[in-house]
Amino acid sequence: MGRLAPPPRLPPRTREERLSLKTFTPDAAAALAGPEWLRARRLAAAERFAAGSLPDPSEEIWRYSRIGELDLDAYRPASGETGGTAQLPEGTAERAALVVVHNGRPSRIEVDPALAATGLVVADIADLPDGDDLLSRTAVADAFTELNSAFIPGATVVRIPRGMVVDLPIIIVHHLDGDGIASFARTIVLAGENSDATVIEHQSSSDVAAFSDPVVELDVGDAARLRYLNVQDLGARVFQVGYQTSRVGRDATLQSSVVALGGDYARVRTDSRIDGKGGTSFLTAVYFADGSRMHDFRTIQDHIAPKTTSDLLFKGAVSDTARSVYSGLIRVGKEARGTNAYQTNRNLVLSDGAGAESVPNLEIETNDVVCSHASAVGPIDDEQRYYLESRGIPPEVAERLIVLGFFGEVLDRLPLSEAVTGLRGTLVRRLAERAGESTGGA
Amino acid sequence: MSALIVRALRAGVDGKEILRGVDLEVSSGQVHAVMGPNGSGKSTLAHVIMGGPGYEVYDGSVTLDGVELLGMPTWKRAQAGLFLAMQYPTEVPGVSLADAMAAALAPQGRAPADVADLVATEAVRIGMSTALLERPLNVDLSGGEKKRNETLQLAVLAPKVAILDEIDSGLDVDALKAVSQRVELITNEVGLGVLVITHYSRLLRELRPDVVSVLRNGRVVASGGPELAEELEATGYEGYGETPA
Repeated sequence: MGRLAPPPRLPPRTREERLSLKTFTPDAAAALAGPEWLRARRLAAAERFAAGSLPDPSEEIWRYSRIGELDLDAYRPASGETGGTAQLPEGTAERAALVVVHNGRPSRIEVDPALAATGLVVADIADLPDGDDLLSRTAVADAFTELNSAFIPGATVVRIPRGMVVDLPIIIVHHLDGDGIASFARTIVLAGENSDATVIEHQSSSDVAAFSDPVVELDVGDAARLRYLNVQDLGARVFQVGYQTSRVGRDATLQSSVVALGGDYARVRTDSRIDGKGGTSFLTAVYFADGSRMHDFRTIQDHIAPKTTSDLLFKGAVSDTARSVYSGLIRVGKEARGTNAYQTNRNLVLSDGAGAESVPNLEIETNDVVCSHASAVGPIDDEQRYYLESRGIPPEVAERLIVLGFFGEVLDRLPLSEAVTGLRGTLVRRLAERAGESTGGA
Repeated sequence: MSALIVRALRAGVDGKEILRGVDLEVSSGQVHAVMGPNGSGKSTLAHVIMGGPGYEVYDGSVTLDGVELLGMPTWKRAQAGLFLAMQYPTEVPGVSLADAMAAALAPQGRAPADVADLVATEAVRIGMSTALLERPLNVDLSGGEKKRNETLQLAVLAPKVAILDEIDSGLDVDALKAVSQRVELITNEVGLGVLVITHYSRLLRELRPDVVSVLRNGRVVASGGPELAEELEATGYEGYGETPA
């Protein structure tokens, strides 16, 4: 159980087919509205995208992925569409700011007036005079980040001024509801020196076939504390290739978490670059894939400066015929003496037809480091199940308790207790639905 | 009045027969001790009765109040009134005692709040710190705490018949007293039937058996009253059940 070479569901497209894109052309990018600087940036990105090629599963970082199935021309850019609403998820009533992003476009922005008056900026980048300086400050990685840059309708910018403590979370709610659309959301969080804030993004969709290419840039200034949570609860026909990149400054702390529940194929690449001495990056994820969906995570913990710390804990479960991939790299550069870096990935395989891959890697160029990595893929432990059943607990309930207990280690570390209560409820419902289907209940 | 009756039970692991025709009974209010040397099949007997994973039943029957348990899933055996206090209670990360007990009693229509009260009351009675109740099941508990925890669950779940699988092994004197006194009280008060499996007679000075059976090479080779336990303490298991292999 566990290790498998996932067969693609559609025949892979040839390199030639994948290069002859008809929809996502420089002309199409140039036609989008916006300030002059944004139009120029889009066009330049579109030209770089057109000159390159889409990634291929033969590349290590795309191994096991379903990227070969992606037919970009089956989608149209949502960038020109406006309007629409989204339901706010549980636990978001108490907030410092709210942004509703509809099909990739920031469509509604509210900020606590007192915080706005003292310098908190939550805005669409298209409306900011220095927007050009803020876009893509942190490194961008591949064709999909270029594609995002070429077609962003705008971008959500959160700028926390130096020294500001924002007690309540800043909430960004994304919703996709256009059938056949490709959505390009961009979120840029700039946490000023010695600031303290929590940003929560929630992604949902209607039951539509859509392509989603979100990019998140987190810049954590010196001595700042930023907590970031991304909850992905997309519909079962959304193909997502996401990218989250962070830069962590001197003595700064980033606590970045992903909870992935939905999508058809949902990939997130998380790069965390710690380039200030004494910086710390905590990366956590919980993913639960049921049905035939696939969750795909690639992480890079990139230690540039001395005395930096990273601690990654990703825990997933796969059920039915779902699959998951975790592939992670710890990279410790020559200058990063006194680094502590940890990476743990554990997976529960809940059905015979499901499978998970776990591939940890280390790349270390200095001796003065403490590094560890651990990974595991396996079914629920028979003895744990037996212990609970011997108390009179029905098997599907025992399984639910064990899975929630398994996730608890990560859920307990998430930044916001209200949001976590809602997530536990969602996980209980999803596990209960699953049990109801497979065993018909108690 | 309840009775657990084991008849001509043959069972093993991976095709290797370990229980080679076991007969024994325990009824309400009775303490039946099963003693035997290591490898005699004591723990196998406990897990086969409970339906543990990895065990195979070849023949025989196990009934509780006339209902055949063999073939029933473990949780239904428990719901029918059977409890097994395990020799090595399994760690279940992230699952609290309170949640497990609430889930175990939910099929009987008991509300979680009532269960929480019951757990707190029983924790005091068994001398377990309430701080331990929020911990994941058996995680980071000492040997004594684990056995108190098993006994606490026994008291909360109120089974008809409980099997105590070497609950005394490695137990300090205080914990041994606390565990056996609590079990004895339940036996006297509500008529719990107890099948107590042990290697040593130390436990049986606290938890007085009505019947003692000696298990050797997968068979009950001797049966008697409490005096049999004392005799075994003095002489050891040599001489009992010297059956040709």
